[in-house]
Amino acid sequence: MSLKPATLNKKEFGSFLKQVMQTYDVIAPVELAEGVSAYRKIESPEEASLASHNTQKSAKEAFFPQSEVMFRYEKEGNRTQVTSTEEVNRPRLILASRPCDIQAFSLLDKVFSAKEYTDVYFLKKREKTTIVGFACNDPLSTCFCTSTGGGPFTREGSDIFLVDLGDTYLVEFLTEKGKALSQNEFLKEASEGDVARAKKLEEEASKRMNLPVHLDGIETKLEQMLENPFWDRIHEKCLGCGACTFLCPTCHCFDIADEVSQKGGQRVRNWDTCLFSLYSMETSGHNPRPSGRERTRQRLMHKFNYFPKNFQKIACVGCGRCILYCPVNFDIRQAIAEINGK
Amino acid sequence: MVQQKIREKAKELLANKEVDLVIGFGEGSLPLRATPLFVRTPEEADRLIWNSFCDNNLATYIHKLSRFKLGIVAKGCDVRSIMALALEKRFQPDRIVLIGVPCQRMVDRRKVKKAVKGEILRAREEGDQLIVEGNDFSVSLKKNDFLYASCKACTHRNPIKANAVVGDQVDETPLTDPYAEAKEFEKMSAEERWNYFERESSRCIRCYACREACPMCYCAECFVDSSGPKWLEKGLAPSDLEFYHIVRAYHQTGRCTGCGACERACPMNIRLTYMTQKLNQEVKDLFDFEAGTDPETLPPMATYKVEDKQEFIK
Repeated sequence: MSLKPATLNKKEFGSFLKQVMQTYDVIAPVELAEGVSAYRKIESPEEASLASHNTQKSAKEAFFPQSEVMFRYEKEGNRTQVTSTEEVNRPRLILASRPCDIQAFSLLDKVFSAKEYTDVYFLKKREKTTIVGFACNDPLSTCFCTSTGGGPFTREGSDIFLVDLGDTYLVEFLTEKGKALSQNEFLKEASEGDVARAKKLEEEASKRMNLPVHLDGIETKLEQMLENPFWDRIHEKCLGCGACTFLCPTCHCFDIADEVSQKGGQRVRNWDTCLFSLYSMETSGHNPRPSGRERTRQRLMHKFNYFPKNFQKIACVGCGRCILYCPVNFDIRQAIAEINGK
Repeated sequence: MVQQKIREKAKELLANKEVDLVIGFGEGSLPLRATPLFVRTPEEADRLIWNSFCDNNLATYIHKLSRFKLGIVAKGCDVRSIMALALEKRFQPDRIVLIGVPCQRMVDRRKVKKAVKGEILRAREEGDQLIVEGNDFSVSLKKNDFLYASCKACTHRNPIKANAVVGDQVDETPLTDPYAEAKEFEKMSAEERWNYFERESSRCIRCYACREACPMCYCAECFVDSSGPKWLEKGLAPSDLEFYHIVRAYHQTGRCTGCGACERACPMNIRLTYMTQKLNQEVKDLFDFEAGTDPETLPPMATYKVEDKQEFIK
């Protein structure tokens, strides 16, 4: 099973990728604007941008796109022709997914393959996808993956794992799916020195993760807190936008809409968020979560109480996106600390 | 010191029960950031801060808190938004006490981040300098090189109206043309303009941070949320994203104070304020009106006079 790690010269990365793209649809971090990136299917190797830290939008889009057509239909006289959109024909490869996002895939698996319901759209993409993880040599101060069961070099969930060694990448083959790529002509066998360098980078990266966020027992703590006055204040600055949940690799709420024209239409599912008032608005006009208090509570309860209850894991992977991009600097680490203090 | 005076004023208002709470800024959890803070007791007022990172427009919180008597720490732009909202009758006139702060212009953290290599772990101000530090660097930057475009163009840094002003009045000469962004945009060809707009709006994730951060966006039901009639779909089709941004801009005609809160809030760094700036410029040229600068005059789109200019009707 185990295959020796290889190295890939960065100068040959484009050629390597070109070869990979002959077999796979490659989904890679792409710079959408200066300093803003997200995972997109690339058409040429140059589009992939591995230099930056974590992307703004997480890699969950590869399996659970923000807007996804579930089927299309067309009216022809008295007949209606329905076209399925669930099949995935070509093998897919996510390039350079960070360990936090990969950990989130395993949480999304629990939701989308729960025993009551299996989601074909998610699962068919998942089955057809090879995941190339990418070690974080320089985790940011907002990263707390080591507190949520992961780490900057955690390989779990990856089929292949890349470590940036400067001029080269160290390439580790971790699963059968991953091994399928080992025959690429641009890969050279790694030396012991390369492996040792990767090990050293791993140690340095984990040393940087010096501020633990305490999550032990948070589920039990929150169990007693549904009506705690804590919620009266914690939500106050929240604007009620969806930035945190849409950038979050674990948030997975969606809404289904029919987009209809005279000749036909399509059923689409779009990301939705518990922070929007419309999310919980009922047809009668009654809203069981009438204010930011209930909606912020829902966001935190779902991550740290409801999800653990359902799936024995907290729904946070410590990627820090919600902290970095919140327009009003709502810091989930502070919220957790306050909950711990209750 | 401005910060100390803000605290004193907030304490006084709370101790005398003139207000139920004071909305100001507290220390951010990240370098180069402050965070909106809601203060209810005189003791809590010591957590209020003031620096060049207090970049949110606090007027946006009025909508959900208008049942309270509010004290608001307000920069020039916040005050303008509040005055515009007063004209739109969003709160009882005697329910808001303004602690006005002449604004030193706010620092654009994204520009600062681009200027250094490595993660910024600490930042502080020293006069007109900004000292930013990381694990292996410490650099001093000239603050004026890292200001928000909206702050550089601002012509109303002093609060036009306030119950108390803390800090000295500032010279209001802008650092750039007040309509610089719109003018730059207009230099491009029609095709370039469309491409720019298309590229910016294509990054939209429909989180509506821009809408929520904007004090002037408060419709009980935003047109994007309406299902009867359904004006647009909820996905990421370019036409829907573009429609959202165009209509949001147009809804601001004669109401936008150019504070830049929409752009600052965007997690995807979408830059579309040239649109509202262009509309502001048109309103200024046609009606000699600037939102939130006059407590009596209704915005042009909310009123009608026979002598209004109408050359644009062809």
